[in-house]
Order: sequence, then C-alpha cells, then structure tokens
Amino acid sequence: MAALETSRELSAGSARPAKVGVWRRLRKDWWIYLFLLPTLVGYGAYTVYPLVASWWFAFLDWPGFADSGTFIGIENFQRLAADGLFWNAFGNSFLFLILAVPLRVGLALLLAILLNRKRTPFKGLLRTLFFLPVVTTGAIIGVVFTLLLDAGGPISVAMVGIGLLDSPANFVASTDTSLLAGVAVWVWKWLGITMIYWLAALQTIPQEVHEAAMIDGAKPWQEFTRITMPLLIPFLVIITLIDTVGALNVFDLMYTMTGGGPSFSSEVIEIFIFRTAFGATVPQLGYASAAAVLFGVLTMGIAIAQAVGLRWARRATGAMT
Amino acid sequence: MTTDTTDTTDTTGSTTGTGTGKRWVRGLRPDRPDSLRVLVRRPGSLMIFAGLVVLALIWIYPFIWLVSASLKTQPEIFGSGLGLIPETPIWENYSRAWTVVGFDRYFLNSVIITGGTVALIVIRSALAGYVLGRYDFIGKKLLIGIFLITFFLPEGYTIIPVVQLTDQIGLLNTHLGVILGLGAGGQVAATLLYAGYFRGLPKELEECARLDGAGHFRIFARIMLPLAWPITATVIILTFLFAWNVYLLPLVFTLSEPALRTLAVGMSAFIGEYSTDWSGLAAAAMISLVPVMAIFITLQRKFVDSIAGAVKQ
Repeated sequence: MAALETSRELSAGSARPAKVGVWRRLRKDWWIYLFLLPTLVGYGAYTVYPLVASWWFAFLDWPGFADSGTFIGIENFQRLAADGLFWNAFGNSFLFLILAVPLRVGLALLLAILLNRKRTPFKGLLRTLFFLPVVTTGAIIGVVFTLLLDAGGPISVAMVGIGLLDSPANFVASTDTSLLAGVAVWVWKWLGITMIYWLAALQTIPQEVHEAAMIDGAKPWQEFTRITMPLLIPFLVIITLIDTVGALNVFDLMYTMTGGGPSFSSEVIEIFIFRTAFGATVPQLGYASAAAVLFGVLTMGIAIAQAVGLRWARRATGAMT
Repeated sequence: MTTDTTDTTDTTGSTTGTGTGKRWVRGLRPDRPDSLRVLVRRPGSLMIFAGLVVLALIWIYPFIWLVSASLKTQPEIFGSGLGLIPETPIWENYSRAWTVVGFDRYFLNSVIITGGTVALIVIRSALAGYVLGRYDFIGKKLLIGIFLITFFLPEGYTIIPVVQLTDQIGLLNTHLGVILGLGAGGQVAATLLYAGYFRGLPKELEECARLDGAGHFRIFARIMLPLAWPITATVIILTFLFAWNVYLLPLVFTLSEPALRTLAVGMSAFIGEYSTDWSGLAAAAMISLVPVMAIFITLQRKFVDSIAGAVKQ
C-alpha cells in the first residue's frame, strides 16, 4: 500500500519547467532512459505485451503450439458462455473469495489486536509461529495437506475423537468438502501475513488515543468500535484488496491439493485456464486466453472497485479529523 | 493503565523462574508489563494467552506432524492415529527421497532460478526507482499509469503469452527463460519502494558528487545504491520468498523438460510417480520446506519488519 501511495506522490510531480523543446529534453535526459531500459524492455515484453496479446489470442482458434491461430471472432467467448465447466470454475473462485477473504481478514485482525496488547507475553514467539506457514511453498503445502486431510490422517482422527465427525472422512476427496478444505488451508497458510499488516496498521494509532479513551472511561469494546475501528477503515479496504487478489491466485495450493477435483468440485478459474491451455491432450490456447481475459477483467474490476472505496474511506476519515 | 513504556522488544517475556517475589502496587508496576506474573493476577489475560497458545500450537501442528511422518514407516503414518513419536526413526526415508527423486538437481535449479530472479529484480528496480524517485522526464506519468494498471495483474492471465514469447526467443527449456519469466515483468512494488526511498534523500548528495566530477552512474552505484540498503534488503527478502515458492510458471515452463524442475514442481511430480510412498513424500516435503523455513527463522525479525515496512511507510 505504501507503493500505491508513492506512485500517487510521484505522478503528482513538480511544476513543469518552462517548455523546453521536447527533443532537447529527451537528449539531455538520455541517461534517464538508459536507467529505465531494463524495466522498459522487461516490463514491455513480460507484462504489457501479455496483457495485450491475451486479448488478441482470445479471438483465435489456436490448437496447441501450432505457430499461430486463425481468427474466429468472438466464438471463444460464445463457447465460454455456454461452457458449464467455465461457470463452475468461475463460481468456485467466487465462492472461495467470499468465504476465505472475510475469514482471513477478520481472524487476522482479532489476532493482531490480541498480540498488540501490552499484557500478552511471548508476543514475538507467537507472532513467529503464526507467520511460519506464510514463508512455506504453497505447492508443497498442498501435497502435505492431502495427507493431513486424508481419512486416516490426524485431522479426521481428531474430529472423530472429539465427536465432530461420525466416521472418518477424506476432506480433499469429497465433492462437498474439497473447496472448503482449500479455503481452510489457504486461510491457515496466509493468516500470518495479514496479521502483520494489521499489526502495522494498529501501530499507526498513537498511544495517546488509547489513554484518552481510558480517561474518558470507555470500555474496551466501546474503544474498539468507536475509536480503533474507524481509524482502521482505510487499512481494512487495502488489506481486503490485497487478500482478495491473493484469493484469486490460489493455483499452487489448489492444484497440488485437489487438482480441481473430485469431479471439478474445487476447480478454480486458474486451474480451468491451465487445464485448457496446457493440461488437455489438445491444448486450446485461444479458448484458454478468452477465459484468462475474463479472469483478468474480474480481478481488475475488483481492484478498481476497492481503490475507489479506499479513496472514499480516506475522504470520510479525513473529514472526521 | 499508567504503564506506557513503549516496548518494542517483546520476545523475551520469560521472567518466570526465579521470581523475586517483590510485590508491586497498582500503578507502580515494574518496567516489564509482559511478564507472566501479570497473567497470574489477571484471569482475563490468562484466558486470552491460553487461547493464543492453543491456537499457535494448532498452527504449527502440520509441521510437527510432517516431521514425525517423515520418520515413520509406511503403515505407521496412518495406523498410529494421533501419536507423533515414531517407534524407531526411519532416516532412510530421507535418503530415498533424495536419491530416487533426484532432489539434488531440483534443489540446484531452485537456487539458480531464485538467485537469478532476485538479482534481476533488484538491479532493474533500483535503477528504475532511482530515476522515478528523483527526476522528472517525458513519459514518467505514462509509465506510472501503466504500473498502476498492471499492479494486480494475475499470473494466470499472462501465462499463455509469456510461454509463447519465451518459446519464440528460444529460451523455453532454459534457466534463463524461467528467470526472465519471473523477474523481467511485474514486481511493480519493488520499483515503487525504491522510488519512494530515493525521493526522500536530500538533493545535496548529487550536487556535491557532481562537483567532484562524478557521472550519473558513479553517483548511483557509489552513493545512492549503498544508501538504499534497507530497501534492497526488503526487496531481496520479498523476492526470495516469491521466487522460491512460485509454482505455476516453472511448472508450465518445464512440462517437457523434467531436468529443469524446481523443488516445488519436482514435488508434485513425485506424487504422480510414487503416489503410495507416503513416508518418502513426507521426507521429500521436509527437504523442500526446511531451507526456506530455516532462512526465515534466522532472519525472522528482518522478514516481519520488511513486510510491515513495505505496507506501512
């Protein structure tokens, strides 16, 4: 979020010097463009080109790695609209997002508040333990959890033991629970980093605010709802944005954990794209690109909506102080 | 609540043991409010602390279970229920995973690809961040606009054109191809972190150096880059985590070239080929996870500060 902030300050820029000729400025600043060269070339080739090319590919019939495809207009999009599996994947991604993001953001806030208390001992150690899964490799965690969530694995055994389950269950191999298992593991893995975001946010609230509330006789709950939370709203928006984008990038975990199965019950959009483009016997690059384009539009739509929300929240809190 | 000693060091709360037995009056507490003694006197805090400890244990249980499973025999993993201690540790699981799967090769691939990606991103972001942070030039607003639009671009969106491009320049089954795929595009946050930092440095730095006759590149390499070490450390850590753990791109790039697989990708192949060797699988997972976890535990404060710093500023 600092990065976004920086970009705004940068582009605000200073007042332009009196119009010197464009050509002369370019010649004088040649070294600036030399500094930018690696970024311009790399970014152009690996980010901007794919952004544009995906749109072009989406209009092609392009089987496998044939040299190029043939233009077929919007046929891919028409096929997508009628493809039950695409909408299934779309729905799964959406459900994942709706369940996982509030859980991750909310639980992380709770943890951060508890770990921000002066009276909690071993804060550093606890923070480290909660953060540990964040640094691990998602693809490997996915594999490990196929064992942990197996019918004979410890989670099923423990749940039967305390009476939460009647009989052992393999959570990743059941159509009812495979997506939920993915949500749970994802929240487990990434909670620590959101907790750190929240801790950083909480530390921006000056201690005096807390003291003033104490002096005025505010109960902890009142202090939280009336003072802390309003101050945290801008952070809430940006943290939700970061986590939402994260929830749309779960290929490594889901692919290694469930592979999208059983019978597509946990196939998220990325797995759909991967399967169509690289996994099928006859790869369909054009068709997969069309799905990818829709996926990109969805992600950016969410990002823009939240950026607008952030601006709104800033203004609202700015008006208050 | 008069204790507002701004404590930042909070790890060493273990002042139990040899309690001095000194009684303290309310309002005149000792400097360390984090001590366990506080808990004894405050049931509410004790409950919260107990809850946190239980939750933390649940959080690391998968890793403890994994260590245990990697040392068990095949039937023992699922036969012994919740028991964590293996009857006799089977170290052979590790050697089997290492040799059968060829992990040494995957490990080396991961090191090369991560090292190359980190170097590429640090160099290109520092160079771009320097001029973006300190100079005005034609096209600057356009560049920043493009950065913002592509800030959250998902990997699944760009993967098909990236593969096609890499294939066309003939780098599809090479380390360099993977490194470029991971590091050449994206990673806007690193550039903006550098830009924000360089922007805050005083103008006099360059003016003095220029009077001494230093050119733009000398100033950057000798003065600016060393000053930006805190940002460089942050970028290295964040990029390391990204490159070591990334899965989709190396998977797609190595579909036809197993020798180029990274640890993350090799692991999934292991399941496909040895799907019933659970203990070997657990050992292989340990081998893959230990390096990144070890680095994290050694540098944990730096990790956490980097992430908090990158967010806060």
